[in-house]
Amino acid sequence: MSSLSPADLHDLARRVRGHVIRMATGGGCFLGASLSCADLLVYLYARVLRVSPLRLQDPARDYLLLSKGHDVPALYGTLAELGFFPVGRLRHHLRPEDALYWHPNRKLPGVEFHSGSLGHLLSVGIGIAYDIRLSGGHNRVFVLLGDGELNEGSIWEGLLVARALGLANLVIVIDRNEFQANARTEALVPLEPLDAKLDAFGCRTVTVDGHDFAALDGAFGLLAEPRPGPLAIIARTVRGKGLPSIEARADRWFCNFSPTEIAALLRELEGDSQARLTSEELVVR
Amino acid sequence: MTATYETALQTLVAQDPRLMILTAENRAAIRGLPQILGPRFVDTGITEQTLIGMSAGLALRGRLPVAHALAAFLTMRPFEFIRTDIGIPGLPVKLVGAVPGILSEANGPTHQALEDVALMRGIPHLRVFCPADLEDLLIGLPEVLLNPAPWYIRYTDRPAVLRHDRRFEIGKAEMICEGQDIGVLVYGALFREAYEATMRLREAGLSVQLLNLRTLKPIDEAAVLETALRTRLVVTIEDHFQTGGLFTLLAELLLRHRVTARTLSIAFPGRWFTPALLSDVLRVEGLRAEQIAERISSTFHAIPTS
Repeated sequence: MSSLSPADLHDLARRVRGHVIRMATGGGCFLGASLSCADLLVYLYARVLRVSPLRLQDPARDYLLLSKGHDVPALYGTLAELGFFPVGRLRHHLRPEDALYWHPNRKLPGVEFHSGSLGHLLSVGIGIAYDIRLSGGHNRVFVLLGDGELNEGSIWEGLLVARALGLANLVIVIDRNEFQANARTEALVPLEPLDAKLDAFGCRTVTVDGHDFAALDGAFGLLAEPRPGPLAIIARTVRGKGLPSIEARADRWFCNFSPTEIAALLRELEGDSQARLTSEELVVR
Repeated sequence: MTATYETALQTLVAQDPRLMILTAENRAAIRGLPQILGPRFVDTGITEQTLIGMSAGLALRGRLPVAHALAAFLTMRPFEFIRTDIGIPGLPVKLVGAVPGILSEANGPTHQALEDVALMRGIPHLRVFCPADLEDLLIGLPEVLLNPAPWYIRYTDRPAVLRHDRRFEIGKAEMICEGQDIGVLVYGALFREAYEATMRLREAGLSVQLLNLRTLKPIDEAAVLETALRTRLVVTIEDHFQTGGLFTLLAELLLRHRVTARTLSIAFPGRWFTPALLSDVLRVEGLRAEQIAERISSTFHAIPTS
């Protein structure tokens, strides 16, 4: 992808967040998780991934696997903005005649594999990364994991195998928004010290502010360095990022707002502090 | 050199660069392959979920992965990975389950895969190959491994009791002998006992038909229906729970075609078998050829003459 300026990246991320918010009505979507990783996805597609709508089947492309899955509105928005499919198609969200539902699937151009059942795509990514190496390719596999998803044993099993196979072309990016469905991760099944755990499992681990593009440049700059196994990037993020009225709240996981509420949230996204709704005004459905 | 599963795999992998051999640290039948195949052999360790997910990833890249583990662990530990990562997209991954059914011998119920056929055939897209013995396995192996669908292969290394038909067709049973009184349907490791029981019954003057089903999904509907219509007693023999395997398949098939039949199910009715060496398992569980023949014969002779 072409390299966008920081201002362009911010604009792109704001447009993607707007798409995400517009999907949080008429049935709703997993709003909080989608907003926490919107900057990450925009950054990856704009700055890191060697992918484009013109080479969807190119075996030399980079792969992005969205493992947690329920954050797919952010991926839909990013792919649409970057021309993988028309932006107008986002209006088909949840319509039976199209394929934009609550979890990703391969009918959408740019979506590499389906997910939604947590803890699957690290092992699928291991298979892709192994074949790339076996075929002599230089492309990379990025697996975006939720932090709550790290409860799954298959993640830790996969990390052991990825290190055993020496898959340096595998990158795991953790959307560390500190929430799982209904609870704070540290209050339910604590993950910290997460960097030490990942290091102990054989990753080269770095922690970064997942909303700071300049900081992400530094973290992903490590891609060029040799390492014996996967690179793990812990991206510290905020659930619901971009909408102060819903940020970092356990009850803002799946949201289905009224059109009026969506209009207010979109004004809030654009920086209109008057538009901010109180939690009493925003009904959790 | 006598063909083995290992040499057959070696030949196929040499012919088709898409084929890859994987195992979750079950190497009993493929010990020589790591040295020969190099990086096209992957042992993931005791990690059944990663084995399946990795196989799906390899298949996405155009490979044809053949994944090995003990049948009980292969089909149950990562069941949802099989269903989600292989079943939903219908990726061409081949799952080879070792020591299924009675072949787990003295391991005990943890290792007894007696629901593997039920589980694997319950997943859309997945197909099921249950060869009668090693020779039958090797006859079907090339076609099954190169087939674009995902498959579960119920591995067996029991020696053949007869020379099988070399023609292998997916969804086509092997007709061993034809008869009008009794129709015996069998798959997998109990083929030998079913065959010997059939010979005993025929020697006793009964007209017995024997079908080796080979693939249970797709099943040879025409041959099974023909057997049900032609004979007076249909017997299913399987080292599997009675639920979800061949007896269930027969019931589904008969109902769908509005056919009724007198049936005898020889299977494990909702319990695990007594762990022991194979010959003792067969005897204790009433699965020796003469025991099976006696059950069939007494059932047949109890049919009221009308």
